[in-house]
Amino acid sequence: MASTFEKVAEIISTTGDVPIERITPDSHVMKDLEIDSLNFLDITFEIDQTFGIRLPMEDWLQRVGGGEYEGAEFFVLKNLCRHIDGLVGQVAAA
Amino acid sequence: MRLEHFQMLDGIGAMDLGRAALTAHAVVPEASPVFEGHFAGHPLMPGVLLLETMAQASGYLLLALSNFDRMVFLVGAKEAKFRSFVVPGDRLMVHAERQHDGSGYAVMRCRVDRNGATVSDAVLTMRLVPFANEALKLHVRREGARLGLLAGTGGT
Repeated sequence: MASTFEKVAEIISTTGDVPIERITPDSHVMKDLEIDSLNFLDITFEIDQTFGIRLPMEDWLQRVGGGEYEGAEFFVLKNLCRHIDGLVGQVAAA
Repeated sequence: MRLEHFQMLDGIGAMDLGRAALTAHAVVPEASPVFEGHFAGHPLMPGVLLLETMAQASGYLLLALSNFDRMVFLVGAKEAKFRSFVVPGDRLMVHAERQHDGSGYAVMRCRVDRNGATVSDAVLTMRLVPFANEALKLHVRREGARLGLLAGTGGT
């Protein structure tokens, strides 16, 4: 079974037109992979659909904008995948 | 429809907030400056305006779902099809249904029917954001009232 990272990397590669070999767990979605906001919206949709979750993107952006977190907390892939796993666990437990 | 004013809908026919679905109606005007260029002697409703019509149906549905608390903008269109010419006098039914309720965005499945046959359909991505100012909010609420979404707030 593909890992969360493998699934997310495939989504980013396909939706954002990024060569899969460029995508690593330490990649920052915007800074390293140059995903723009509209492409990231499409990627968010594909992640939501694939994992059956709702990425709380507005909340994350507020936390980053308010200085509570660095963007890397949500937009570096290994961290994004950790949050996805947490949300999947919440859905499963509900 | 008042094409040159981007008033694409004439009224809301039905809305089901539980199912997140809306049906609106619109009549393509017999005359419009748009038809002077598209096309003289062969007036056709431009496909981009059919897309706008579906976006407005999606927008008013999402406005209603948020109780007019968030402004809605079209940010993406996929699988847009224009299956048949739409001409002056055509009576259209515009359907919009939320396919996915994301955080700050929604994906909508839309179609335009004429006499029960689909003339256009698309999957639209809409972004929901706070209103930029009170003037915009007032304008949108007035349009919502005109369409019958907000009873007793000054519609025509």
